[in-house]
Amino acid sequence: MSFQFIKLLYVSLNYRYDLLCLEGLARALRIFKCIEPVPEFQVSKVPPASMIKIQVKPKTSMIRPFVVCAVLRGVALDQARYNSFIDLQDKLHQNLCRRRTLVAIGTHDLDTLEGPFTYEALPPSEIKFVPLKETKEFTAEDLMEKYKADLKLKKFLHILEGSPVHPVIFDSKRRVLSWPPIINGAHSAITLDTRNIFIECTATDLTKAKIVLNTMVTMFSEYCTNKFEVEPVEVISANGLSAVYPDLTCRKMEVSLSYISSALGVTLGVSEVTGLLNRMQLPATKGDNIEGSDPTISVQVPPTRSDVLHPCDVMEDVGIGYGFNNIKQTTPKCVTQGRLLPLNEFSDSLRAEVAMAGFTEVVTWILGSFEENFDMVKRNSEKQKAVVVGNPRTSEFEVVRTSLLPGMLKTLGHNKDHPRPVKLFELSDVVILDPKKDVGARNERHLTALYCNANSGFEVIHGLVDRIMQVVGVKAVSVGDNTGYFIQPSEEPVFFPGRQANIICKGSQIGTFGIVHPEVLQNFLIPDPCSILEINIESLH
Amino acid sequence: MPTNNFVESSFWNFDTLFQPQQHPARDSHDTFFLKVPEVTQSLPENYLEHVKTIHEVGGHESIGYGYDWKREEAEKNLLRTHTTAVSSRMLYALAQGKFSPKKYFSIDRVFRNEAVDRTHLAEFHQIEGLICDRGLTLGDLMGVLNEFFQRLGMKKLRFKPAYNPYTEPSMEIFSYFDMFNKWVEVGNSGMIRPEVLRPMGMPKDVSVIAWGLSLERPTMILYGIDNIRDLFGHKVDLKMIESNPICRLGRQV
Repeated sequence: MSFQFIKLLYVSLNYRYDLLCLEGLARALRIFKCIEPVPEFQVSKVPPASMIKIQVKPKTSMIRPFVVCAVLRGVALDQARYNSFIDLQDKLHQNLCRRRTLVAIGTHDLDTLEGPFTYEALPPSEIKFVPLKETKEFTAEDLMEKYKADLKLKKFLHILEGSPVHPVIFDSKRRVLSWPPIINGAHSAITLDTRNIFIECTATDLTKAKIVLNTMVTMFSEYCTNKFEVEPVEVISANGLSAVYPDLTCRKMEVSLSYISSALGVTLGVSEVTGLLNRMQLPATKGDNIEGSDPTISVQVPPTRSDVLHPCDVMEDVGIGYGFNNIKQTTPKCVTQGRLLPLNEFSDSLRAEVAMAGFTEVVTWILGSFEENFDMVKRNSEKQKAVVVGNPRTSEFEVVRTSLLPGMLKTLGHNKDHPRPVKLFELSDVVILDPKKDVGARNERHLTALYCNANSGFEVIHGLVDRIMQVVGVKAVSVGDNTGYFIQPSEEPVFFPGRQANIICKGSQIGTFGIVHPEVLQNFLIPDPCSILEINIESLH
Repeated sequence: MPTNNFVESSFWNFDTLFQPQQHPARDSHDTFFLKVPEVTQSLPENYLEHVKTIHEVGGHESIGYGYDWKREEAEKNLLRTHTTAVSSRMLYALAQGKFSPKKYFSIDRVFRNEAVDRTHLAEFHQIEGLICDRGLTLGDLMGVLNEFFQRLGMKKLRFKPAYNPYTEPSMEIFSYFDMFNKWVEVGNSGMIRPEVLRPMGMPKDVSVIAWGLSLERPTMILYGIDNIRDLFGHKVDLKMIESNPICRLGRQV
């Protein structure tokens, strides 16, 4: 059971913020092993008049509207605890805070400051302070320029770039606590001697700010004089409304026992379920329900479990506690009829036919460069039919293919030493812009086949065209007859003039084939002549 | 499932699957967003409202994510990052009519805008399976997975807790490989979250169990291929393709 639990820790970065630091991890393990009870977090009872306050000024709504705060009283820090404290902030900044764009955390030595605090937004030239790691004063304007060379901080400058006002937190003596989300002031920096910590989280997303604050205080309040007790701060917003943070109330959830049992596939009693949930840090008791009806479990979801959104999250924890591998494996009772999608079935049959004609199948990339897909095959005018990627890392991922031909030629170019004749094919999708589809583009299933030898093998590829039409059941007819297929000379620049043709099937052009133009061969570094076909097989299906 | 649509909207790829709009996977460094066509032309409006609500304030016994859901984010087109986008469309279609049990599968290409190396590609294939019925259990899911992986020649499986925005519980699937003398991850699975199914109109007692795996990884393990590019892409080793024996996976005694 514990092996499974430890595995959970590896995936916790995504949603279990209470397991991101050693304190949280160790606590979770001790609770799971029933060595320790689930902590009951308390907000200290401070009379409203003496509660630490922070006043939010109106202009903050222009850049970073929200702030939430809390105080940890009487902490005892050593180097290990200090490192863990900083590390958790970094981890939260990286994931939940989305690299500080959503939330930024600032932690300060409260004894170096005097409340009440203010959260304001001022022009960068008016914010002047000594930042962490510096000894002289800078304006925010100076720092925006200076930190362009700072490997760590330059990544966050874009959050404030171009804004007429920057966020800043002051104490009553106009000392700068922090210039979020970039850096804190040196004055209030935390040291190993710090006893009282002021935490502020500024944000563009209030829900996440609360989760971040709760994570910080629930993890580190174990070092306070009154263990697991957090001192509140009153946040007075610009319109005069006030709220007290942190909100450490538990959320009550009633979960039906039969729901848990039937979803997991195990029969469990109330006490078994509550026992498992308590070990998973979800304090649970027998639910208050009417005698005789479906029994329920009352769960008090603690502030450390922001991942619990629905009864299914509770059900999963029961499953993890029980051990997934301990659940009896069964088979679903439903009977259904299975089949392949007709187009896929057709594609598979056609692949087999082409392979039986002696061609080897390849699977190539769908993404490529403009150069390879259009310039190198003399199809510049086709560029506007294509789906274009907005954020490619390199030119290799610029555009989505509209034809299988370039990929085939590229493959041949990379297999120059393969004994002749080289006979390759690919049957796969290309993508074409299509205003009739909800997304604006559609896939189209194509077949391409290539023959390369000392001679061009035009007749071999022509033969394959006839063979394909034969196995698909379309008869060869004379030119102009719309009951079958015929070929007609074409003029595509990718092929040799006079050595290429369109395939007209039941009145529409469904494909082309020909001897590849020498210039194109040269572009792909192919030394021998070759012939190629490309057919839209959806029109045959 | 008809997976012949590589271009997808963020709506079907992420939002309908209860993946919040501020989720890291929606970052431009994980997903290929499109310049042409940049935005999706139409979305099912009624359903969109339900999706918006479940993200913003919850419903159907969920508290949701508590953030402002933006239509413009959902309209952004991309190259699908998983075939689960198609599964979402299929489940929605199923929920519009009278319910009857269904089993779906797909094998097709997906796209990830990640750094490319010997074992990681920007495009690869996913295999996906779903079973929709009343009263399905986690035990059923594990039973199906055992059957499924046995056909691929993997007989010893273990399941570990995992996380996906759209499944709860979620399980990673591990198989024991004698040749490596260790457990290797071979897939991912779970029960689709109610926040995905209920806004579609799926009845409350219907569960959907689902699983997925990549095509490339087990292929590399089972055929002993070190570099995926020997099999896939233009640098393919033609000799290897031509001389490979017929596939008898799962059929050997």
